[in-house]
Amino acid sequence: MKRILSIALLLAGAALLSGCPKKHNINEPPTAGTQVPGSTSGSDSASTSARSLDDSANQANSMANATGILARRVIYFDFDKSEIKPEFADLVAAHARNLTSHPGLKVKLEGNTDERGTREYNIGLGERRAQAVRRALMLQGVAESQLSTVSFGAERPAAEGDDETAWAKNRRVELVFGP
Amino acid sequence: MNKHVSKVVAIGILLFCSPSWAELVVEITKGQADAIPIAIVPFSAADAAAGSFDIAQLVSDDLARSGRFRTTDRKDMIEQPHAGAAISFDDWRRLNNDYIVVGQIHPADADHYSITFELYNVLNHQRLLAYQISANKPGLRLASHQLADMVFEKILGIRGAFATRIAYISVLGALPHKSFRLIVADADGENPHVVMQSNEPLMSPAWSPDGQSLAYVSFENRMPSVYVQMLKSGERRRVSAQAGVNQAPAWSPDGKKLALTLSTRDGNLDIYVLDLTTQALTRITDDPGIDTEPQWAKDGQSLYFTSDRAGGPQIYRVGTQVGDKPRRLTFQGSYNARPRLSPDESQLAFVTQEDGGYRIATMDLRGHGDVQVLTKGHFDVSPSYAPNGAEIIYASRDRGRGVLALVSADGRVQERLVSSEGELQEPAWAPF
Repeated sequence: MKRILSIALLLAGAALLSGCPKKHNINEPPTAGTQVPGSTSGSDSASTSARSLDDSANQANSMANATGILARRVIYFDFDKSEIKPEFADLVAAHARNLTSHPGLKVKLEGNTDERGTREYNIGLGERRAQAVRRALMLQGVAESQLSTVSFGAERPAAEGDDETAWAKNRRVELVFGP
Repeated sequence: MNKHVSKVVAIGILLFCSPSWAELVVEITKGQADAIPIAIVPFSAADAAAGSFDIAQLVSDDLARSGRFRTTDRKDMIEQPHAGAAISFDDWRRLNNDYIVVGQIHPADADHYSITFELYNVLNHQRLLAYQISANKPGLRLASHQLADMVFEKILGIRGAFATRIAYISVLGALPHKSFRLIVADADGENPHVVMQSNEPLMSPAWSPDGQSLAYVSFENRMPSVYVQMLKSGERRRVSAQAGVNQAPAWSPDGKKLALTLSTRDGNLDIYVLDLTTQALTRITDDPGIDTEPQWAKDGQSLYFTSDRAGGPQIYRVGTQVGDKPRRLTFQGSYNARPRLSPDESQLAFVTQEDGGYRIATMDLRGHGDVQVLTKGHFDVSPSYAPNGAEIIYASRDRGRGVLALVSADGRVQERLVSSEGELQEPAWAPF
């Protein structure tokens, strides 16, 4: 009893899936109109703070030259915590005073975590840290409209390494000034 | 095969062209003691061109990689038959083989090859399979995986998943100039293709149920948005760019909706369902804790998710009808997160904290909710089931590098997929 069956492979699909990677063979990355960072200049990621668009940009630029306590833009957190530690109270207060006296100035609060735990839950923890700083600034008179938050979770570490030295540097909120 | 024997199976046969980067090599770190012995005899080839592709090696690697088979080394084969009539069953039996695969590859026409193969039970000489597969040259790899799938299913009664794909994130470069790539590759790590690249983080790839599209999170412009991208055309659509968090997309079983995580203005994360056709948003959870990492039940009527409403993160289930009250599922330990449902819904895989490490665990959903911790790493996260439910792929770290790893759903077989470059994370196994 000879049972030779013929399998019709979906050759078109096979060719697409198994063919030589003309780099982005099957999966053309999104083309120009759809904003692919990295496919063009990559300048997008470089410009973190000072984009001169309007009046507040000048203030943002002045922040770029800030000295003293205003030059410190990072608040660090304990593991699994989002409370602002007493040692950062002065930093937060100084930025709150500066923001209230420059109502055109805007700041983005970027929350981050260390690498431990699941990635999406860490996005939640990073957001919680950013919100803790946002609340502290608002309590000290900063207008809500000056503040925005974003959480990168564990995706944008400041330091590499699978140890507490690196982790301590990564559990942070960065203040990014801009228009 | 001894347990903990580290057997390196290099699957990097570069055939038609070599991708310039990121070959993955599979290392079996923990094998199964009662693996089934099988011989995959090199196929005969009518000409050199046909012979340049080693089908038998690929099939052998697939079966060995599953951990359920022990494949006979070629140097131990005293003869190399190519058809059933030429097999001296007693010889193969003396070499302790339970099964044998023999075959041939012929050019069918200018572009196509015809592969014939047979699977025999060495003990009773019974022919279990006889097939002819036709494939063009780029299709030979897929045809080999399909051949391995047929052998796997015939002997074990479990559908093979060798001819499937995985998606994952690869991070290249050093701080502060990292680049992020969303990659789709064959299940054995071969044929990697860049789907999307960015200088800002990419996260949470999720396959549509038809395997045609991926949803993912991209931080381009330094803000998170959820995108859906068609793989064949590369066409993509930004489906969620609300103020605040846009995270953790999960496809409904009918492919018409995404569950995702959004935040209110004060940063409270909750689960929503987005209808991809009407854009209508339905809020599913409403709690001051972090609710995230949703995953649909097969009937589309409920969602599993992570919430820290009770303190630490735990796994809950909630109906998708408005007003349903979430029920907590995990109670052991202080950290249980990112649930993934096995294809037959008998198990939940998730990340648990044990002895200070993050590990992959499963929970029995049919019996008494027994929990089994499957891995022993410190940073084992992002579990994803193979579509046949036999294995779980996950992200791990090995000597300070992000790697992908596999564990059988019963924990008996473990493997690592080692990339030549880049940090690999967030694997997602495609559907059949």
